[in-house]
Amino acid sequence: MLTLDAVWYRYPGADAPTLRGVNLELRDGEVLGLVGANEAGKTTLCLVAAGLAPRTLGGTLQGRVLIDGTDMAALAGHEVVERVGIAFANPATQLSGVNRTVYEEVAFGPANLGLPRLELIERTESALAALRIGPLADRDPARLSGGQQQLVAIAGLLALRPRHLVLDEPTSQLDPAGTRLVAEALARLAADGASILVVEHRTDLLAGIAARVVALDAGRVALEGPADAVLADARLPALGVAEPASVRLARLVAEAGHDPAPIRGLAPSATPVAARAGLESGSPA
Amino acid sequence: MAAGAVPAFLGKPGPTPYHRLNPLTKLVAATSVALAAIILGDVAGPIALLAAGVVLPAVVARSLRALARAALLLTLPLALSILLVNLFFFPGGERVLLRIGPVAATLEGLAFGIEILLRLLAISGAITLFYLTTPVSELVIDLERRGVPARLAHVASASVQTVPAMVERAAAITAAQRARGLDTEGSPWRRLRGLLPLAGPVILGSIAEVEERAMALEARGFTRPGPRTLLWHPADSGWQRAARWSLLAGVVGLAAGRLGGWPG
Repeated sequence: MLTLDAVWYRYPGADAPTLRGVNLELRDGEVLGLVGANEAGKTTLCLVAAGLAPRTLGGTLQGRVLIDGTDMAALAGHEVVERVGIAFANPATQLSGVNRTVYEEVAFGPANLGLPRLELIERTESALAALRIGPLADRDPARLSGGQQQLVAIAGLLALRPRHLVLDEPTSQLDPAGTRLVAEALARLAADGASILVVEHRTDLLAGIAARVVALDAGRVALEGPADAVLADARLPALGVAEPASVRLARLVAEAGHDPAPIRGLAPSATPVAARAGLESGSPA
Repeated sequence: MAAGAVPAFLGKPGPTPYHRLNPLTKLVAATSVALAAIILGDVAGPIALLAAGVVLPAVVARSLRALARAALLLTLPLALSILLVNLFFFPGGERVLLRIGPVAATLEGLAFGIEILLRLLAISGAITLFYLTTPVSELVIDLERRGVPARLAHVASASVQTVPAMVERAAAITAAQRARGLDTEGSPWRRLRGLLPLAGPVILGSIAEVEERAMALEARGFTRPGPRTLLWHPADSGWQRAARWSLLAGVVGLAAGRLGGWPG
């Protein structure tokens, strides 16, 4: 489990903190969606959860980030890497820039861990197969399209086989087929026990893969709960998050005086999500 | 593919015998030619170096045309200025070939200019041939196998490969600024003025990218202490090891001879 316990984070030189008292639990075998408007703190939360802030970025962190009960501050950088993997929104900057083939690029992370060669090959081929990018294996990563680079970057992350994954807009440059492949790979990883945090603007995708969803607003948790309930919450658009198509359709059907229940079982929420059973509203610190 | 074997495209042999040499052998050859060009005086030495150390390997590597084009592009402005400065301003030049107003072109200046030019061509040709026939990543893998720290090898490699990325970024920003009405054509002054709005986005964008890249490398275990696992490494052989040591010994011998007064 990856836990953020009352986390405040301020970037170096910033006047105000970007994260304000965030409490979050990323449970084993769970896909947790993270939504919010621009500047809500989603990427910052990813960097903190992956141990890059403040370790690499600098800045000030208050509160604790725990990986399987161990305080992240007590772990060396490479020990964190073996437990938490992160993929950024821009795949071009995520490629190492030193490998001539996709195969070597995917192998780059596990090679850094000094794994036995046979295991390195097995992990690389397994990651390539998971995202069906085996046919790209001999291509130059720098000469791929943005979507292909994104799949390569995610494959490189999968090859590291971390117990916890943090994905910041992993499908931002993918077509529907690529998005489906990533969604399938994430579902398989979660089924194998990995915990996965996904920042995603496409709420339709989250509705399909996330068990729970958290909405951030100005660095605080504004909504948290089961995906279906949060994504149907009436307050979501006010937080700068587009509702999934099924929710919108259900709302329109309800407004037209018909029963919206058959539409994926999602009814538009007339009451705040926090009022529903099993949901908690984030309490700003 | 056999179990535990890497795909055949990794470490695929190069198209010519020169390409197939170990990267370190090619690096030592290029360095030896460059150093010898500095050590050797006169015209005959650099000509022999150019022929044996640059042109002949380039023919074997079927890269002579690419080499000539690159060498011309890289050295032409410098070569012209070296020739002109020495031709007209060589101190102590006596045999006048041509007089233009107050300055005179001298034979001594021409001879010295040609000597420097040949050295320059040998140095740039050797380095260019190395880059034309050796993927940087192969050199990095080979150096890593020999115990050079991975971080050092990759930083050097990434720096070389950052240049094309910056050129691409600059081209994209230029296109975007042009689409918004920026004039980057016309007189040199207008072109220079047009460059100013491009400098900020290119430099700041590159700095931001470096930060993201650093985080991505950190997240992929790059800073972990200890050796990395290598999937493959370029082939080496006993005769290449001997050739490398011979080349280095030859350069040391040349330097010693030069210091000792050879060729007189």
